[in-house]
Amino acid sequence: MDIGRFFQYIASGTAYTLGVTLIALPSGLILGMLFAFLAVYAGKIATRFFSIYSTIMRGIPPIVLLFILYFLMSGAINLTPFWAGSVSLGIISSAYQMEIFRGAILSVSADQMMAARAIGLSKIQAIRTVIFPQMIRIAIPGWSNEAAIVIKDSSLVYAIGVPEILRRAQLISASTQQPFLAYTTAAFIYFTLVFITNRLLNRAEQKLTIPSNP
Amino acid sequence: MIKPILTVKNLTKRYGEHTVFENINLTVNEGDTIVIIGPSGTGKSTFLRCLNLLTKPNGGQIWLDDQEITAKDVDEDQVRQHIGMVFQNFLLFNHLTALENVKLGLIHVKHMSKEAAEAKAREELARVGLAEQADHYPGQLSGGQQQRVGIARALAMDPRIMLFDEPTSALDPELIGEVLEVMRKLSFEGMTMIVVTHEMGFAREVADRIVFMEKGQIVEEGTPDQLFYHPQHERTREFLWKITELYGKKEKEA
Repeated sequence: MDIGRFFQYIASGTAYTLGVTLIALPSGLILGMLFAFLAVYAGKIATRFFSIYSTIMRGIPPIVLLFILYFLMSGAINLTPFWAGSVSLGIISSAYQMEIFRGAILSVSADQMMAARAIGLSKIQAIRTVIFPQMIRIAIPGWSNEAAIVIKDSSLVYAIGVPEILRRAQLISASTQQPFLAYTTAAFIYFTLVFITNRLLNRAEQKLTIPSNP
Repeated sequence: MIKPILTVKNLTKRYGEHTVFENINLTVNEGDTIVIIGPSGTGKSTFLRCLNLLTKPNGGQIWLDDQEITAKDVDEDQVRQHIGMVFQNFLLFNHLTALENVKLGLIHVKHMSKEAAEAKAREELARVGLAEQADHYPGQLSGGQQQRVGIARALAMDPRIMLFDEPTSALDPELIGEVLEVMRKLSFEGMTMIVVTHEMGFAREVADRIVFMEKGQIVEEGTPDQLFYHPQHERTREFLWKITELYGKKEKEA
C-alpha cells in the first residue's frame, strides 16, 4: 500500500469523528445547560436530582457508560452504532457540561438577580437577559476544555464499530504492520481538531470580554 | 389633600428564631423624603427590601397607593416596576453599557419600542449628568458614576416611590457628593423617597421626616429639627451625637 493511501485511509475517518463530535457536543450542551438552570433555579428536589445524576454519570468511565447506553439504545430503538454512540457521548457530556454551567451561574452574583427583579423583570426574564449573558462568558474556558474532551472521547465509539479515525488506524496498523505511523497519524489529526477548536473558543472568549478600566 | 403613597402596618420580619424587625408602622405621603437612620444590623436594609417584596415579610401589610401589595394574589413583578430601588453596591448589570442598563427594564418590563426606550434612557442618563458616559460599561465608570446610572435605571421606570439603601456607603468620600447632589435634586423635584443613610448632613437638609430605627423597632420619628435638637429618647440623642461626631471627623480628615 502506498503511503498516500495509508494516510488517506485514516484521514477519511475524520468525517465520522467530526460527525460524532458535532452531535455529542451540542446535545450535551443543550441538556447540560438545561439541567444546570434547573439545578440552580427549580427548587430543592431538582437540585438533589441533578446532583445525583451528575455524581453517577461522572463516577463511571465514559467507555463503560457508552457500552451501557449503546446496548440500551440499540436494543430499544434499533439505532445505528454511529447515532447510538454519538447520542451516548452527548448524554455523558451533559453531566460534565452541567457542572460547568452550574458553576458559572453560581458565580454570577445573586445580587444581579435581585437588581433585575427590582426593576420588575420576572425570574425567567432576569435569567435570560441578566444571568445568561454573564454566565456564558464565565463558562467559556471550562467549556473549551470539555469540547476538547468530547473530540478526544469520540474515539471511544471505535469500540462499537464506528469507522472513525482510531478504528481505521487500528485496522490499517494490523494490515500493514505499521502501528507507530498509523497511531501518530491518528494522534496528529485529533490534535489538530482540538487545537483549532480551542483557538476558536479562545477568540470567542476575547471577543465577549466586557470592557473595563484596569 | 395629602395622599399617602406607601402605608406600612405592623410589618414584621423573622429569620427562624431571630426577629429582624417587629410591628413597624410607617406612612409615606406623596412628595415626602423619609430618611431612616440607625446602627448597623437593626434591619433597615431588610425593611427596605420588604417594601418592594424582594424579601417576604412574615407579618403585617403594605399598601402602595390603594393596592395592598402584601395580598396573596398580587403580581410582584407588576408591583416592583412602580418601586425604584438603589443599592449600596450599585448592582449595575455588568455586561451592559450604562445606556443598556437603563434601557433593559423599559424594553422588557414596559414593552417600549427600541427607539422610545433609547430616547427615554438617554434622557434619564442626562438627568443624572451622565449623557457622555452612555456607552461606557460599569467597569469603566467610577463608583459615583455607577451609582448615578443605578439611580437613572430606577428612575426610568417612572416609579411612584424610590428606595435608597445606603447609596453612598460604598463610595470613596470624594465621590459621595455627586450622588447626594442627584438625590437632593430629586427630592426637591417632588419625588417620593425613602433613604437609608448615615449622611447626617443630607438627612438634616433634605428629609421631611427622619426615622430612627434600632433593634428592629422605630425608636423615634420626626422632623430633622425635632430629632437633632429635641430628641424625645436618650438613645436617639446618643446615636445622633456619636454619628455626627464621626461624620465631622471624617470631614476634617478628607
